[in-house]
Amino acid sequence: MPESPGLYLRLSVAENLECFAGLYEAPDPADGIDRALRAVNLVDRAHDVCGTLSKGLRQRVALARALLCDPEVLFLDEPTSGLDPAVARDVHELIAALGRRGVTIFLTTHRLEEAERLCDRVAILNTTLRTIGRPDELRERLFARTLTVRTVVPLADPGDVFAGLPAVDGWRQGDPATYLLAVSDPAVAAPAVTRALVEAGADVLSITRSHHSLEEVYLELIDRDEAGAGR
Amino acid sequence: MRVSRRRVRAIFRKELREYRRTGSIVTAMVVFPLIFLVQPLVVTLTLPASTTDELGHQHLLLYMLAIPALVPAALAAYAVVGERQQGTLEPVLTTPIRREELLLGKALAALVPSVGISYVVYAFFLACVELFARPAMAAALLRGPDILAQLLFTPLIATLSIWVGIGISARSSDPRVAQQLGLLASLPSVAVTSLIAFNGIHATLGLALGLAAALLVLDTLGWRISSATLDRERLISGYR
Repeated sequence: MPESPGLYLRLSVAENLECFAGLYEAPDPADGIDRALRAVNLVDRAHDVCGTLSKGLRQRVALARALLCDPEVLFLDEPTSGLDPAVARDVHELIAALGRRGVTIFLTTHRLEEAERLCDRVAILNTTLRTIGRPDELRERLFARTLTVRTVVPLADPGDVFAGLPAVDGWRQGDPATYLLAVSDPAVAAPAVTRALVEAGADVLSITRSHHSLEEVYLELIDRDEAGAGR
Repeated sequence: MRVSRRRVRAIFRKELREYRRTGSIVTAMVVFPLIFLVQPLVVTLTLPASTTDELGHQHLLLYMLAIPALVPAALAAYAVVGERQQGTLEPVLTTPIRREELLLGKALAALVPSVGISYVVYAFFLACVELFARPAMAAALLRGPDILAQLLFTPLIATLSIWVGIGISARSSDPRVAQQLGLLASLPSVAVTSLIAFNGIHATLGLALGLAAALLVLDTLGWRISSATLDRERLISGYR
């Protein structure tokens, strides 16, 4: 499915799909069109002229068109480009539903939150292929595992609290009452850090495992590329 | 090479639906032939009886073969580059359709209305001559061989004009340029038929058969050549 829906705007939704069912030589065009329209929730708009539809609805028609040949593999190029968040969410749900049905989807996008939400594996390109893997693998590959500790007031001697704890490799202070701990195993480190804070009499607000978004992963890669090029 | 009738029919039907719903196409297809109808009609209905002998040596009807040459030219020239500009060509080219099938569907969709309109205009002209012209004038104009030539050459000339237009369209990047070039490229066939109509070239049965055979060959080659000029990868990727 290309980025632009590329529909015949003077034809109705059904006529557009009828044309493509013919091009795919669908064995039962009427049934195929009906199933595709049901998949994108457009049965009641079948006879609307495409030129009168909103951009989001056109995108859904384009998705229905791609489903006509009952694909096992689907290439989607920027499927939510230019859509408002509500419509983009609908398209995301459709894509996720296709994935659950067993369709393998290659999604090209500049919206990293979209990739994070929909993709099992992510490939990041910056002129060339920079990295590929599951989002969690990419995070672990690029960022050290960290725990973020927040307290009500700054600790009197944080070095004393965090020193020597199991699985804690180091620490640094963020905001006045926020501490970022580099850990080798969060499951071991978190209980130990909690006990140490309680023993030190600290009022703990939260201890969370730091989460790096795909956007941070991407920016980290780009930064490394630029640093490498500058050398 | 196997041509899928279903795919050709899908393109053909889609094109006809688009024509029907595009006012400017319908208007151009109706108005254009009328321009070629008015002049011979006025001449025929106003000429004095003394010119009947002179008309008997000409083939005025053939002048109207400009209609099938010019009517489909603009449609054909828009066929590929126009769709590309609209962004509708890319999804079509990602289906299993062969380029020969795509162009055949488009050519048939331009051919059918063009030939239909041409025949309707001829019929209207012949009816007017039969009803309103002087009997001697009608007898001089309405000759079997001329009418037969008209019927035979109309689809042949229209088809050639369409393949030339589509060939130009497949290589162009601007629909307006393609349409102008398409019209220009259809002028040679208009020139030839006009020369025959006004006795610039002497019409004989041999000439008619020779021209028909040549057009048939060109029409067949036109399909192959136009298909070869359609570079699927370039049209999808946008790279030259």
